[in-house]
Amino acid sequence: MNLSNLLFGVYPYIALTTFFVGSLIRFDREQYTWKADSSQLFEKEQLRKGSLLFHIGVLALFMGHFAGLVTPHSWFLALGVSDMMHQVVAISAGAAFGSVCMIGGVILWKRRMYNSRVRANSRFMDIFILNWILVTLAVGLITIPFSIVHAQDNDASAMIALAEWIQATLTLNPNPAMLDNVSFIYKLHLFLGMTIFFLFPFSRLVHVWSVPLGYLFRPYQIVRTKFVKQR
Amino acid sequence: MSHFLDRLNFFKKVQSKFSGDHGVVTNEDRQWEDGYRNRWRFDKVVRSTHGVNCTGSCSWNIHVKNGLVAFEMQATDYPRTRPDMPNHEPRGCPRGASFSWYLYSPLRVKYPLIRERLVSLYRDERATGKDPVEAWAAIQEDPIKREKYTAVRGLGGFVRVDWDEVSEIIAASNVYTIKAHGPDRIAGFSPIPAMSMISYAAGSRYLSLIGGACLSFYDWYCDLPPASPQTWGEQTDVPESADWYNSTYLVVAGANLPMTRSPDAHFYSEVRYKGAKVVAISPDYAEYVKFADLWMPAKQGTDAAIFLAMGHVALKEFHVDQQDPYFEEYARTYTDLPMLVILDEYEGSYISGRFIRAADFDDSLGEKNNPDWKTVVIDEKTGDVFAPNGSVGFRWGEEGKWNLLPKKGRRHTKPRLSMIFENDGIVDVLMPDFQSGADVSMHRNVPTKKITLNGKAVLVATVFDLQLAQYGIDRGLGGEVAKGYDDASIPNTPAWAEKITGVKQADIIRSGREFADNASKTMGKSMVILGAGLNHWYHNDMHYRAIMNLLHMCGCVGQSGGGWCHYVGQEKLRPQAGWAPIAFGLDWQKPPRHMNGTTYFYFHTDQWRYEKLSADAMLSATAQSHYKGHNLADYNVVSQRLGWLPSAPHFNKNPLDIVREAEASGAKDEKGVSDYLVGKLKSGEIAFAAEDIDAPENHPRNLFVWRANLIGSSAKGHEYFLKHLLGAQNSVMQDVLPEAEGVEIAWHKDAPIAKLDLMVDINFRLNSTGAFSDIVLPTATWYEKNDLNTTDMHPFIHPLTQAVDPGWESRSDWQIFKTIAKSFSVLAEKHLGTQKDLVALPILHDTPAELAQAMDVKDWKRGECEPIPGKTMPLLKVVQRDFADTYKKFTALGPLLNKQGNNIKGIDWNTEKEYESLKAICYPIKEAGISKGMLSLEEDINVCEAILALAPETNGEVAVKSWAALSTKTGVDHTHLAKSREDDKITFRDIKAQPRKIITAPTWSGIESEKVSYNAGYTNIHEHIPFRTLTGRAHFYQDHQWMRDFGEEFCTYKPAVDMQTTAEMIEKIGDKPHLKLNWITPHSKWGIHSTYQDNLRMLTLSRGGPHVWISETDAEKANIEDNDWVEALNINGATVARVVVSQRIPDGMAMMYHAQEKNVNVPGSNTTGKRGGILNSVTRITVKPTHMIGGYAQLSYGFNYYGTIGSQRDEYVILHKIEDADIKWLEEPLTETREKALNPEGVHQAKYACTDESEK
Repeated sequence: MNLSNLLFGVYPYIALTTFFVGSLIRFDREQYTWKADSSQLFEKEQLRKGSLLFHIGVLALFMGHFAGLVTPHSWFLALGVSDMMHQVVAISAGAAFGSVCMIGGVILWKRRMYNSRVRANSRFMDIFILNWILVTLAVGLITIPFSIVHAQDNDASAMIALAEWIQATLTLNPNPAMLDNVSFIYKLHLFLGMTIFFLFPFSRLVHVWSVPLGYLFRPYQIVRTKFVKQR
Repeated sequence: MSHFLDRLNFFKKVQSKFSGDHGVVTNEDRQWEDGYRNRWRFDKVVRSTHGVNCTGSCSWNIHVKNGLVAFEMQATDYPRTRPDMPNHEPRGCPRGASFSWYLYSPLRVKYPLIRERLVSLYRDERATGKDPVEAWAAIQEDPIKREKYTAVRGLGGFVRVDWDEVSEIIAASNVYTIKAHGPDRIAGFSPIPAMSMISYAAGSRYLSLIGGACLSFYDWYCDLPPASPQTWGEQTDVPESADWYNSTYLVVAGANLPMTRSPDAHFYSEVRYKGAKVVAISPDYAEYVKFADLWMPAKQGTDAAIFLAMGHVALKEFHVDQQDPYFEEYARTYTDLPMLVILDEYEGSYISGRFIRAADFDDSLGEKNNPDWKTVVIDEKTGDVFAPNGSVGFRWGEEGKWNLLPKKGRRHTKPRLSMIFENDGIVDVLMPDFQSGADVSMHRNVPTKKITLNGKAVLVATVFDLQLAQYGIDRGLGGEVAKGYDDASIPNTPAWAEKITGVKQADIIRSGREFADNASKTMGKSMVILGAGLNHWYHNDMHYRAIMNLLHMCGCVGQSGGGWCHYVGQEKLRPQAGWAPIAFGLDWQKPPRHMNGTTYFYFHTDQWRYEKLSADAMLSATAQSHYKGHNLADYNVVSQRLGWLPSAPHFNKNPLDIVREAEASGAKDEKGVSDYLVGKLKSGEIAFAAEDIDAPENHPRNLFVWRANLIGSSAKGHEYFLKHLLGAQNSVMQDVLPEAEGVEIAWHKDAPIAKLDLMVDINFRLNSTGAFSDIVLPTATWYEKNDLNTTDMHPFIHPLTQAVDPGWESRSDWQIFKTIAKSFSVLAEKHLGTQKDLVALPILHDTPAELAQAMDVKDWKRGECEPIPGKTMPLLKVVQRDFADTYKKFTALGPLLNKQGNNIKGIDWNTEKEYESLKAICYPIKEAGISKGMLSLEEDINVCEAILALAPETNGEVAVKSWAALSTKTGVDHTHLAKSREDDKITFRDIKAQPRKIITAPTWSGIESEKVSYNAGYTNIHEHIPFRTLTGRAHFYQDHQWMRDFGEEFCTYKPAVDMQTTAEMIEKIGDKPHLKLNWITPHSKWGIHSTYQDNLRMLTLSRGGPHVWISETDAEKANIEDNDWVEALNINGATVARVVVSQRIPDGMAMMYHAQEKNVNVPGSNTTGKRGGILNSVTRITVKPTHMIGGYAQLSYGFNYYGTIGSQRDEYVILHKIEDADIKWLEEPLTETREKALNPEGVHQAKYACTDESEK
């Protein structure tokens, strides 16, 4: 097994399995660690700026990646979205939200590293995961010029290769060879991104699972019956 | 089963809806709730309480889970009170409720710690083959080595060390000190034994066995009210808080009941529902003011004036305009008002002199026993002069006549109160008036009687007539008297008081009238509750006597619901008689060494060398003083020399050497040694240590501090402690003052620094005391040991019990001193063996010796009399010390209890039966040696049981025995007070089950009964037991020569003294806006007593660090806003804190709560360049000569009973804002330059470490 097979044939499954199973185990075993670990008590002004920008950016990026890469190629064509249009939207939205996310992320990073109260209350993983995300993000932003060159050349092959590799992986037909012609920088971004999934259950990122969306729709009063099943 | 799976109930999550779909019922998993439920689950509950400073003695249930203390809850199972009386429970406050946090706090001392530099030096010496004592000697005798570790005290540098090594070092230091300097160079400080008696006793027992000095604390804390011993011969005795409920008129002054007496405050509230009126006197809008019907906002430190003016009204309306019959009878029987006082001629007028005694008459009025000490009255019916029973002369040397029954033999008597209707002339008497600061005599007309004393005709007056004149009341006798209440020119009128206090005279008049009227109608149910707000002043005895006068003229003292409630550091060590023999090793040898803390620290921290108060300026205009020109320190030297106050060290020579030399020169017994020393003192070959207190041979060498925060909160003159006692970085902004040089006390050009060789702190928290110590030993907290706890706030005895094992490597205080005693015994075997020690004992109160110098003061050093030990100088006692047996003695209840019995307050009884029964209950020692067959005290529960069995308060049989012993003295049968509980024996397991009400004992002046609450002085009034004073009555008049010299024969208003500490600092500050504020340091709501301010909970509830309160208008003047940093500064040092700006505070006052110390959030001071300091960084203590009087009935020394006090409230500071940008945290590493710069820049650096004699 060569390195390419390992990283793009096996590693995605390791990362995803860790992501799901790890989250499940942590949720079941370590309820008290299931939290966002907010440091708002120690510092709130920078947090307000950094966190908002970062979260707006990162959510948009996530949805962009998801929609852009997991949707089968044929669907886009059926919807009348040409590869070029797809590529332009991906580049512009990615650049815009990537920058927003980056600005927020740098504010958060500076705060976490240089605010003595926040720093003193940071675990190793808190700093590590933030750094990892920022590096992934930076590499993602670096891919933009490459994509622009592709777009100028009217070449959508890299984008299609990436999307199809992902779809193949998710449909349990892994084919690392699909990435043979994709530039290194995309592969690096892929690796970094997959690793975020790998690290996810070990970090504060687990709070993502518990986004309180239900709050938007809940009734004013929720009560529970006192008759609970025997444990 | 699984949190995740349990949540997979999407389709049946909503069970039903209600309120039009605004609410839903779900069946979500509720397992998470167990997290909260578990927080309050526990494995066991143990009863304990909070053990050093808190006098609440509240019952707490300590809940333990998984071997850790999880939380505490108030226990609510107190024995009930009687019907129509609120119960005591629940007791407790937020401070106590958060103590469990402290067990696991980051400040907890977990291992024995030692200064790294010291232990390196020690190990180096040991490595060369020296034994521990030789190794210690090698360090101490080399000034360079010594300075290496003394100079970094307070700068960190601790390392962990094991118990074996650390106890060996401490023991080596003790052994070396005893050998080289004398056991009286070792001292120990620990406060308030009542709150954890066994812990206190651990250290004091060890010290007493090896000859070390126990330092007093009550006087040092300035919580002792000297007026109480002066007036009643009683240290302090007060009503329990439940008795407030029996009152119908309450005046509260300077005691913040809801804040500092939180668990008792409910009675303060409940009594108002019953209809009592409450008057509050306070400069600030304190919490207790909110309960009051009337607030009299008197300027701080002027309370005496208000109470004198209220007394003026009460006297005028209830003794002069009409004579209230109850008041009259009370005054006649229980006060010194009918006693006769001699009037001395003075420049054409008269001044009041001493009490007339039976001995003044030709035949001593038929009194053979102690006629010098029997005061006299005139009989109303016959006009004869006679000596009524009860004066101190009747107390000693005869039996059955020491009582207050109005009888002489079988004849009924009625002392005459006033000579106004039957006199031999009205004369002009000069009386002191200090309202301007110095005495300007007042002229008062007094009716007199002419009598012949030893052939000489003299004029006499009753105290009653003198007292009325002194209050300025117009009795139609002419002279200078008040024309009315609104006559502000005459002291003690309401208008005069308004001028001084700022309180409207109408309020004073009404309160005085109502107070007396209420007392008249209820037979004394008017009560005054007072506290530190009054007591912490230099002239606190004037505030207190003004109140006592008012209470006595209204017949309130000793009546349930009436009297004097002093709640300042108040404690009541209820089983005192059982505890004292164990605490001071009296079961093995007598007497122990006791030293009054204030004098000790005044001398040894060299605060006397900065003294600006002139004793001469405090003398009355008519003073006869022989000691004019003496400064305050000189007075203290004289006092020690005359045997009035104790001393430590005693002499400029090792007391072991004194006995050895005496025996070498032929002394055979104690008398021989005593004679030898008297000869040497007379010739000057041996001198009292105090006469050259700064000489190296007179320095204290070892200091143990346990259960205390001596340096961090109670070091008044904190920076002087750091400078002279410890040789550490300090902020004293001045060099010693040449003006402070005395005539009795030697002066060295430079004052010594770093006097102590070793300071050991035994603590569970690393506070400022630990930070400045050389060794810190980890001790058990209040939930980790077995102990006893009592208070004067309620009548129950309470345990501390071990809820969990002592954390980490900590041990209980009892086990720690046992460990040290063991190491000491091993080293002592080689170096000390058995030797004889000489203890110089002051003339003690409640012993026959208190009849020392009856008429005037004679000083043997000046050739006015012979030095007679126990009469004109200290009593000299030889004590054999078996140093190598210290451990065996420590852990066994010794034989003297069996042989000599037990005693308290001059009453003796046999204890053989208790001793034998204890041996049967606990277990006797089996190992061979000095303690074989004796009761083992190895475990703390045995110590508790021993105390409970020996004390009359907890063993009914002993109570009856002790009452019977007192009955013999008084001739009145008192045993009925305890008979009903004769078979009650309270044991440790009993009080673990429930707090138990103690048994009435003669140790105290109140009774435990189903009919009345505990009230001080109750047995004096209702059982006719005399007060333990000269006259046997409560004193209005103080006739001791020094009292008259300093103008305190009567209570008179004296303004706060001028400490003169700010002028230089105003210069330093220059144009910068600043305030000059009176420095007031009351107790905090969020700290002290049952926990500490650095408890996370307390910090969260308060300001998160030290803070100072000032008024809004003052803040505006100096551009200060709330939460700004400010520096409070004077010549004593500086403290930096956040400021709280509040309408509560009046102008001219800064309030910094007590015991906020250096360990949390304290930056550097820019002025001193040193760490920002504590509340006491800006104070310096000063002493008062009248508190040094001894050998005179109630004015005789007793440990924590009488003596100089550490007042600190007369102090002023300069307060100014520090910009946030200018705050420096001083966190740079230690450099050599910094290490050398002990003093602030510009202050002369003395180089006189304690082994260097070059400067002498």
